[in-house]
Amino acid sequence: MLIYIIRRIFLMVPTLLVISFLTFFIIELPTGDYISNQIAALKASGEQSSIAKLEFLRKEFALDRPFFERYLIWVGLWPGPHGFDGLLQGNWGWSFEFDKPVSEVVGPTLPLTVLLNFATILFVYVVSFPIGIYSATRQYSWGDYGFTFLGYIGLATPNFLLGLILLYLFNRWFGLSVGGLMAPEYIDQPWSVDKALSVLAHLIVPTIVIGTSGTAAMIRRLRANLLDELHKQYVTTGRAKGLKENHLLIKYPLRMALNPFIADIGNLIPSMVSGSVIVSVVLNLPTVGPVLLSSLQSQDQFLAGFILLFVAVLTLIGMLISDLLLAVLDPRIRLGGRAAQ
Amino acid sequence: MTDQTVESPDNRPQKVEHYVDPAPFNPATTEKLTEEQELFYQASQWQIMWWKFKRHKVAVWSGVVLILFYLCVPFAEVIAPYTANTRDSQHLYAPPQPVHFFHEGAFVGPFVYGMKSEIDMTNLKWVFSEDTIKVQRIRFFCSGDPYKFWGLFDADFHLFCPAEDGTLFLLGTDRLGRDMFSGLVYGARLSLTVGLIGVIISIVLGLFFGGIAGYFGGIADNVIQRVIEIMRSLPELPLWMALSAALPVTWSPVWIYFGLTIILGLLDWPGLARAVRSKLLSLREEEYAKAAVLMGAKPGRVIGRHLLPGFTSHVIASATLSIPSMILGETALSFLNLGLRRPSVSWGVLLNEAQNISVVTIYPWLMAPVIPIVIVVLAFNFLGDGLRDAADPYK
Repeated sequence: MLIYIIRRIFLMVPTLLVISFLTFFIIELPTGDYISNQIAALKASGEQSSIAKLEFLRKEFALDRPFFERYLIWVGLWPGPHGFDGLLQGNWGWSFEFDKPVSEVVGPTLPLTVLLNFATILFVYVVSFPIGIYSATRQYSWGDYGFTFLGYIGLATPNFLLGLILLYLFNRWFGLSVGGLMAPEYIDQPWSVDKALSVLAHLIVPTIVIGTSGTAAMIRRLRANLLDELHKQYVTTGRAKGLKENHLLIKYPLRMALNPFIADIGNLIPSMVSGSVIVSVVLNLPTVGPVLLSSLQSQDQFLAGFILLFVAVLTLIGMLISDLLLAVLDPRIRLGGRAAQ
Repeated sequence: MTDQTVESPDNRPQKVEHYVDPAPFNPATTEKLTEEQELFYQASQWQIMWWKFKRHKVAVWSGVVLILFYLCVPFAEVIAPYTANTRDSQHLYAPPQPVHFFHEGAFVGPFVYGMKSEIDMTNLKWVFSEDTIKVQRIRFFCSGDPYKFWGLFDADFHLFCPAEDGTLFLLGTDRLGRDMFSGLVYGARLSLTVGLIGVIISIVLGLFFGGIAGYFGGIADNVIQRVIEIMRSLPELPLWMALSAALPVTWSPVWIYFGLTIILGLLDWPGLARAVRSKLLSLREEEYAKAAVLMGAKPGRVIGRHLLPGFTSHVIASATLSIPSMILGETALSFLNLGLRRPSVSWGVLLNEAQNISVVTIYPWLMAPVIPIVIVVLAFNFLGDGLRDAADPYK
């Protein structure tokens, strides 16, 4: 098992390198950079005095170097103006828009981002598991039809629209503000039980909104897998030998159907992280989502680059966890390397 | 069942004489196919797929719904009563006008009541109410708001239009007095085609890379597999956001539109490439593929001529399933101000108005684009399911 974990983590290194390069490439796509744009604006308005300072800043952040050099400096694999000082050394860069280090800008939002995504995955598991089993064992019942229908709606409604609709309905019916992280009166208050409860209550709606489509997909998958297993010979044999229906279900077919269930959640994680970004913008949650949007709009490249990378790493870690879970569950995977998928 | 022996009255079996039919033997007569079977065996692959698809009722109806929606693409100007950017400064944030048929108990035909407007001085906004005296009959096949058909020639023919000096805001108006319904019809033009063009790009890329990986195997396969894995592990939306933020602001709406479709297609191909690869891996072992190689066909011809037709149906089915995610992608980007902008009209652009929740609470009809989006996405999902089931007709 340990060997498997080590090998799996080791495999992430090249992936991370490629992703960091891609990220850097994408944020460098717009012509110019934040500072040279400002210099152009200042030149247009005829202000000479601050230009010198900005030119100095460009040198400070190595923006005058060629592309590959800038990338390596950003990652921390190449000495910049201040020696090795990049992501690997713990320096996340400088946000021009906020005039603060990136770590200070995004720092407070990171825990909530992780918490929100974790809560969503938990929600998907907890909700889809019993419903999937119910739908499969009571195939073609009213409940099954109901959940299937709800599932289709859940799949088809984009999560940010769902967020918008819920926001509207809650406002309309209960006069509740579901947006934001906590009720307005708790902002700037010291932490207390009430404040924590308010935060939890405000996490419910985004969790549901982000998790719905994932849950719908998982229910469909679990139902299909379990139905496949339920029609196999060993289930009939077990029944013929007089096993209790519940005991039989949990002991044999469910275990078989569980494997793709866990493997699939790894595939869902990217779309859930995607969802959390846009839902945070709609529901005004202080995660990295709104910061990413504003940094992209103002071309605040190091900030945007860091957030993109963070989001990608979050996805990778999620997939790593789902792979490890799968290895715990299925000895074929941890013993035989990559067994038949 | 015919007995070989005939019972005689005294219960002793009598031998039947040996008999040979003089007519020549025709095997077709013994295995007589029913008319249905004959039709099935003679039908082409696509014919059978169509039969199989037809049995999936929900998918067929989804197809019909989609065709109706896609009619808006060529005929948006005719279907919409106004143009997408016509402003009515007298009716800002006007509520939807419901269509009535009976006025004071008498049948009049489809009509709307006129609108009375008052200023609410405390909230500083216009309050509109139905003026049940003014009956404004909807005209059909009429001339109304002038437009440039396909941007080419002037016309003013509409399927239906408001009464002379009346209004017809079926879904209300927005901040600048633009008709929401007309906006939706025009918006369908961009929103629905974004997915199609994006999917074509994604198919081309997917076929190319999947084809190389599946046919040649070895190092090429390994490299492409890794790239696919990495791309599939990336969250799409943030990347879309970053890429579309990189589109130059100075570009014209048309270029922005094409830029967007390319961005959407660029991140979508890995799923398709994977499907193509696994299909190719199995098909390339077939004997007819080997025969083609032995006869000296080049890889391009083997793939394109002999292997590709074997799984075209699968490609189409999985492509159908990835159209909705592109439509949603465009909607999300435009909603966030990163995609299309006015004067281009798409459903995402229209939803952009609904970004502010306090505005939506007062003017809920700004959320109208949600309805066509959900219907179209749902329909594409059902259609894709039906196509996928029908894609392998011999199963």
